[in-house]
Amino acid sequence: MRRVVVTGLGLVTPLGGDVETSWKNLIAGRSGAGPITRFDTEGQKCTIACEVKGKDHEYGFDPDKRVDHKVQRQVDPFIIYGIDAAGQALEDAGLVDMDEELKLRTGCSIGSGIGGLPGIELESVNLHERGPGRVSPHFVHGRLINLISGQVSIKYGLMGPNHAVVTACSTGAHSIGDAARMIKDDDADVMLAGGAEGTINPLGVAGFAQARALNMSMNDRPTEASRPYDKGRDGFVMGEGAGVVVLEEYEHAKARGAKIYAEVVGYGLSGDAYHVTAPHPDGKGAELSMRMALKKAGLDPSDIDYVNAHGTSTMADTIELAAAKRVFGDDLGGASMSSTKSAIGHLLGGAGAVESIFCILAIRDQIVPPTLNLDDPDDGTEGVDLVPHTAKERAVHAVLNNSFGFGGTNASLVMKKVD
Amino acid sequence: MSDTADRVQKIVVEHLGVEADKVTQEASFIDDLGADSLDIVELVMAFEEEFGVEIPDDAAEKIATVGDATKYIEEHKG
Repeated sequence: MRRVVVTGLGLVTPLGGDVETSWKNLIAGRSGAGPITRFDTEGQKCTIACEVKGKDHEYGFDPDKRVDHKVQRQVDPFIIYGIDAAGQALEDAGLVDMDEELKLRTGCSIGSGIGGLPGIELESVNLHERGPGRVSPHFVHGRLINLISGQVSIKYGLMGPNHAVVTACSTGAHSIGDAARMIKDDDADVMLAGGAEGTINPLGVAGFAQARALNMSMNDRPTEASRPYDKGRDGFVMGEGAGVVVLEEYEHAKARGAKIYAEVVGYGLSGDAYHVTAPHPDGKGAELSMRMALKKAGLDPSDIDYVNAHGTSTMADTIELAAAKRVFGDDLGGASMSSTKSAIGHLLGGAGAVESIFCILAIRDQIVPPTLNLDDPDDGTEGVDLVPHTAKERAVHAVLNNSFGFGGTNASLVMKKVD
Repeated sequence: MSDTADRVQKIVVEHLGVEADKVTQEASFIDDLGADSLDIVELVMAFEEEFGVEIPDDAAEKIATVGDATKYIEEHKG
């Protein structure tokens, strides 16, 4: 059977424009949250978010490094983040200059939950105020979700499978899981896989606020607003950015002497079949997803050392924790479980990919990132190591990442160290 | 350089992300400046906006070089 390993990482997050900066800040317990600077929040119920910072910021993102000026003008932020993260991952894997044969065997599976909402909002106003003849000719392809995969394939000449998952907040995890299967199925030897989001715009923030999904009670305390598993939690904080990994067939990676971070061993998927935004109260869908991923991995729940929870800082945290307890045991079998959304907010379609990269770095550095703001843990968290406030050094051999999305879509990934 | 040529050059530099010295009057949008057909649609829209002229599709199709654009605008602007 063909095995799939991770050989490259790329991140654009509210804590950094690259992998090492994001990770260093995450482990240091920093928060990427702040007042929204991107637009005038007058009249918005939520005025905070975890924005990707500009290049002049201490841990900002410089789009000029990897994204052509012309492309930057034509596309929405999620595509810019995605192209950059994919470029970082290729550079990290040492695959920027691949030969023509390998390009035929290298594909892209980089999705997004929502896509180009800021551009849709602006062009809609433009259409209304100035007429159809003033709509940009780049409007459609600058907003489409599959255009990260499209742009990246064009930039690097990648002619393998070109795919883009759209499963709301499970997108990033599904993208990696699907891409791993493509390698297993021999559709490709290398896949760039991940997710991106960039919807910190008036319509995006207002939409999630109206759906009562966002924290709206701590606008004056942005860094405290994302508090998964805490009694005072009151909705998620929106994040943005991208995470992309290079997945590679194991023998292929070994033959070229690639640095191997981890192996993708399990992938589980399920649906809640319950409600468009709320998870099923019994958590059965989450449980199914985790169990399937473990079964595919051939691992016992007790083998898992770290769970990166979906943990959005909403009431759904309780449901996920209860499902995890049924799978792993009341103390999660000694595994640590944290929600990095406490630091970077909810990256929606990018979340599953960014958080999978954090899982991989936990394996690399034998340290698990913290759950910030966990001051007053909710009932039912007793005996579970939710890694409050500060990162924790511990043995990390195998990890599980959960991602759940609107529509009741669930994905779990299991990755482990290659011995 | 005429005022019109100057402003045309600025728009082209901004939209195509190319060096200003490459944007000569003889430069072809597609062959020399890396534009594609959609970029030209966008440039034409920007020229219309900047100069308050209307450039109909059949005229736009004949604009191949920076000089073609400058000439059309100078002949048609109010």
